Amino acid sequence: MAATAGSSLKPSREFALARLLNREAPLGYALLLPALAILVVFVAYPFAFGLWLALTDSTIGRLGHFIGLANFAYILRDPIFTQALGNTMAYTFVTVFFKLTLGLALAAVLHIEFRFNRFTRAAMLLPWIIPTVLSTLAWLWMFDSTFSVFNRMLAWIHVTGPSWLGQFPWPMISLMTVNVWRGTPFFGVSLLAAMQMVPADLYEAAVVDGAGPWRRWLHVTVPTIRPVILITTLLSIIMTFADFQVIWILTKGGPVNQTQVLSTYAYVVGIQGTDIGIGAAISLFMFPVLCVSIGIILWLLHRD
Amino acid sequence: MVAAPRLRTGRKVVAIASVLVALVFTLFPFYWMFVSALKPDKDLYDAQGNPFAWHGITFAHFQFLFTQTHFLQWLVNSTIVATASTAISLACSILAGYSLARLRYRGAGVLGWTFFVTYLVPQTLLFLPLTAVVVKFHLLGSLLGLILVYPTFLIPFCTWMLMGYFKSIPRELEESGLVDGCSRLQAMFKLILPLAVPGVLSAGIFAFTLSWNEYIYALVFISDGAMKTIPIGVPSELVRGDVFFWGELMAGALLGSVPVALLYSFFVDQFVSGLTSGAVKG
Repeated sequence: MAATAGSSLKPSREFALARLLNREAPLGYALLLPALAILVVFVAYPFAFGLWLALTDSTIGRLGHFIGLANFAYILRDPIFTQALGNTMAYTFVTVFFKLTLGLALAAVLHIEFRFNRFTRAAMLLPWIIPTVLSTLAWLWMFDSTFSVFNRMLAWIHVTGPSWLGQFPWPMISLMTVNVWRGTPFFGVSLLAAMQMVPADLYEAAVVDGAGPWRRWLHVTVPTIRPVILITTLLSIIMTFADFQVIWILTKGGPVNQTQVLSTYAYVVGIQGTDIGIGAAISLFMFPVLCVSIGIILWLLHRD
Repeated sequence: MVAAPRLRTGRKVVAIASVLVALVFTLFPFYWMFVSALKPDKDLYDAQGNPFAWHGITFAHFQFLFTQTHFLQWLVNSTIVATASTAISLACSILAGYSLARLRYRGAGVLGWTFFVTYLVPQTLLFLPLTAVVVKFHLLGSLLGLILVYPTFLIPFCTWMLMGYFKSIPRELEESGLVDGCSRLQAMFKLILPLAVPGVLSAGIFAFTLSWNEYIYALVFISDGAMKTIPIGVPSELVRGDVFFWGELMAGALLGSVPVALLYSFFVDQFVSGLTSGAVKG
């Protein structure tokens, strides 16, 4: 008797589980579990841990003591930090401005039908697809102090080119150029996709009103795709503010901190200098920009 | 292409000229990478002559790469890490994306947006505490560490992309399956997932590319030369002191770009739609 009861218990348990997983809410939470587990362990926990680290005198391999806001007081008095913060803002502001402008122009031109249009679009996205570190190495070679291809071409017209990564203000300009080179396709393609969604009758109405191509673009295209322009710009601000690869490969923040930004300085202090607490405090300065940008993006997306 | 405008000749010339300038600016670094990988040293290190002159083609740089460095090992490591982290991320994201897009329960909306926000958090904000966490789990210096950490930026992205895909599949399909006696899980795997294959493919290609290109985590977590991935291996062993092995660096950069470039050439449209859904919807 007992044996039969035991064997009938097991399938009914399985049945209960199957029934539970057939209801929307339990199944919904269960399917989320694997993804959430990874994100909690490797994103939420490190984030909270980072907040704590920034308030301690920890070094790599040794968890320190709580020292309040001393790290922040220290870095705010550190002239290199102030310089890095200023450089980050300049780098972001200038490159996003050019990426947006060139991206709008690129999208407007690619929107016109011409032969090789598909090829051109595919080619334009390459800088965004190819591993940034590897394409930046090609730029490093093109900026080489002795064998720069730019300087060798400038020599044709008897101009001595600058030391692109050595001599003020060229290092920052060179970094910005590479960042614009890499980031413009992102703008171009997302703006182009938005432009292709603009209803044709809007253009027809503008033509009836006698608007030329330039005014059509300014008064029909741009206002219609404005949400996409804004969101793409904000995404780019986030990515550029946190950029590391281009700068680390080309200058490592040098010469003498001329191109130091928050991410490279956090790496220099936190990893190379092993002061992980101070490094965590430095990278937290990206947080306000991130919060504001995300806030605006969410607001824009919810409005629609 | 409904509203694509056509232009008069004068404007056309300006448009074509600007496309050509943009193309040269875009492609020149790749051209330079390519020719530098094949030129003999005496052409590379000639500051006086015409930079576009060739005196023969050499494969010596590639040979050096495969015989004198860990390049082959890096290629294997990059492939292992990108494949494994993509597989983990896709598995988690298919389940999570289906759950968030198709099932109704409390908090689904907020959780969906949480994934989106996580996708926007840059790696450089988290890398220091994450290093401490990786040290704690004894994953520093191992490929397993990268395989477990890369899903942190792949899962939010793939989930968001797949949510959009699942939402576009009509609900009636599932409901008819439920009426026919399928369980919800069966309906998901047998009816919905096959229709979402193009979305899964796009998300997978993107995830593979993103992990192939990842730099800062690999830079911080891996120091052993034989354990490196391509982006951190190439600039490390080919720069010795002050000496840059430019031919070899360019050969390594070229070969390291090939897998991504191949994927890209086969799936241009997925890349474009992925990029735009990335920008427009998340």
